[in-house]
Amino acid sequence: MPPPRWGGAPLWYARSMAKTIVQKIWDQHVVSQDEGAPAILAIDLHLIHEVTSPQAFTGLRTRGLKVRRPDKTVATADHSIPTTPRNLPIADEMAATQVKQLETNCNEFGIPLHGWESPNQGIVHVIGPELGLTQPGATIVCGDSHTATHGAFGALAFGIGTSEVEMVLATQCLLQRTPKTYLVRVDGKLQKGVSAKDIILALIARIGVGGGTGHVFEYAGEAIRALSMEERMTICNMSIEGGARAGLVAPDETTFAYLKGRPHAPQGAAWDEAVARWKQLPSDPGATYDKEIVIDANTLEPMVTYGTNPGMGLPISGSVPDPATESDPASARALTRALEYMDLTAGQSILNQPVNTVFIGSCTNGRISDLRIAAAVLKGKHVASGVRVMVVPGSADVKRQAEREGLDTIFRDAGADWREAGCSMCIAMNGDQLAPGEYAISTSNRNFEGRQGKGGRTFLASPLTAAATALSGRITDPRTLA
Amino acid sequence: MAAPKVERFSSALIPLPAENVDTDQIVPARYLKVVVKSGLADALFHDWRFNEDGTKKTPPFVLDDPRYAGRGILVAGDNFGTGSSREHAPWALDAFGIKAVISTSFADIFKNNALKNGILPISVDATVHSQLMDVARSGDAAQVSVDLASAALTTPGGAVVKFAIDPFAQKMLLGGLDELDFVRSKEADIEAHERAHPGTVNTKAPQAAK
Ligand code: SF4
Repeated sequence: MPPPRWGGAPLWYARSMAKTIVQKIWDQHVVSQDEGAPAILAIDLHLIHEVTSPQAFTGLRTRGLKVRRPDKTVATADHSIPTTPRNLPIADEMAATQVKQLETNCNEFGIPLHGWESPNQGIVHVIGPELGLTQPGATIVCGDSHTATHGAFGALAFGIGTSEVEMVLATQCLLQRTPKTYLVRVDGKLQKGVSAKDIILALIARIGVGGGTGHVFEYAGEAIRALSMEERMTICNMSIEGGARAGLVAPDETTFAYLKGRPHAPQGAAWDEAVARWKQLPSDPGATYDKEIVIDANTLEPMVTYGTNPGMGLPISGSVPDPATESDPASARALTRALEYMDLTAGQSILNQPVNTVFIGSCTNGRISDLRIAAAVLKGKHVASGVRVMVVPGSADVKRQAEREGLDTIFRDAGADWREAGCSMCIAMNGDQLAPGEYAISTSNRNFEGRQGKGGRTFLASPLTAAATALSGRITDPRTLA
Repeated sequence: MAAPKVERFSSALIPLPAENVDTDQIVPARYLKVVVKSGLADALFHDWRFNEDGTKKTPPFVLDDPRYAGRGILVAGDNFGTGSSREHAPWALDAFGIKAVISTSFADIFKNNALKNGILPISVDATVHSQLMDVARSGDAAQVSVDLASAALTTPGGAVVKFAIDPFAQKMLLGGLDELDFVRSKEADIEAHERAHPGTVNTKAPQAAK
């Protein structure tokens, strides 16, 4: 029976025979649902970090409640910690207090913590997959909008607010309305120099930052199947930039191969059973979606943003749009303001635009494959003079692996700064930031005003484009590299 | 735990004619280093309101414009609250005295967070929105009244406009009821589901030999 839903039941409930992966995961996790109320949804994994959790723990204490399932909860410190050597104390007093508070809360409530000095520390969306905690078919939440990253494994993963963090801590459940589904089919093959980041930036440029509101993206098609897990994470990560709280890719052999043998993945007979179950997850043939879009990977170029939201992106050979040609007055106003903030001129080409800083890192593109790509570009060369290049691994594990491969030496020799793991200049809470007016090309996910430092200006791009830009100090098409 | 209770209120309007207002503008990230919910009134739209030296901008941002002082309903452009999940955004709006935001649409997480803090995200169609935006921009002190029980607002012209609101959130706010209490009252269902679905995620015990 279709559950009552605010604004009408999603289409997939009306045709209940063929199910999408979202519907399958949903159905397996509904604990109960009262008439007119949202479903109570069971949560398999709750990720915690220092910034969005302290008030939730205070709420638990006020109510005299425990954490219901510490064994399904895991914490790390990533947002406000410095990326300077770990033997130095946290200089920022407020950040230090916040990290200390996280430790206190985890100790008191029995939650495993990969704290800022732990060998497993890292950005919450990097360590979940690394540790094998992110598993297909699971419901995963975190007080963080980029939780969608975990959808790469065929999990239903989404960001929640702090009140919801408190609810999940207390009950391991969440009140949720059934989401609508949005099929994003990416056909064809990516050309050389074009990457997963360019697929997602192209999608958001097409549908806008509110295009997926109320929906869960399912990324499918030949070009998605061909991607590695890390590339799929890059795409799912930015679902929220397209307005969707979650985005996922059905699990396949690539998924299982990545997961097998990771510390928290099932093993032995349990592994075989799990894989058999996970193989049932992909959407059934004939399953219907509330919305669909098709993107042709063959025609995609490297993408770069020019404005102050991630939807303001263009192919790297393109030119900055003109507010005068915008038919909608509100969009024209927004574009005018964005160009003012970015100090760009309508009609100018984005290529060759000078940058002061290059940031390679974040939960979008701070994984080992991203660093390998950047290192391959920088190897034996030097970054342009006067350009600051910061390379920040997504986790302590990524950092160790990079160092085993000698990538740190390549970066340092090229004149780049090699840092400790964390969110760093993606959110600029920890002192890693742009000065007012500075331009950065960044592999992160948000180019909002001041996101990378008050008054700073951000161009979002892939690690390949960012590294190519580091060499010239100007936005450079990576396809022109020798 | 006291849950916010909302029934009806009225206020003149504050115009914020920008689309896709993101939570990094509503509360810049450097104000997220707090461990409490209170004290965020000055963080609200900080970088649009204050100069580098902490003085207010001239001309002032709408929130600091004496013409709009004391008003509690913000009229903003489409897709308000896009971006991060920070609940600091509604905490800051609340601290400043904002009771409702009127727009043509809201980002999902912001909408949830706002409702949990008793701030109404009111979606209206483009025609009503542009009328209200015009009223707000004119500085007119005419009141808009909002009645949650009937999910309707009354415009300064006297027109009654219905708005969509999740009926569950509506019930919770009208009764000052607590969502966590509601979920906890389903303990038997939760236990039964847990028994039937043990799952393979265990954050405490690594399962594979490394
Ligand atoms: S890297 Fe950036 S987007 Fe990712 S979790 Fe950290 S702050 Fe958020």
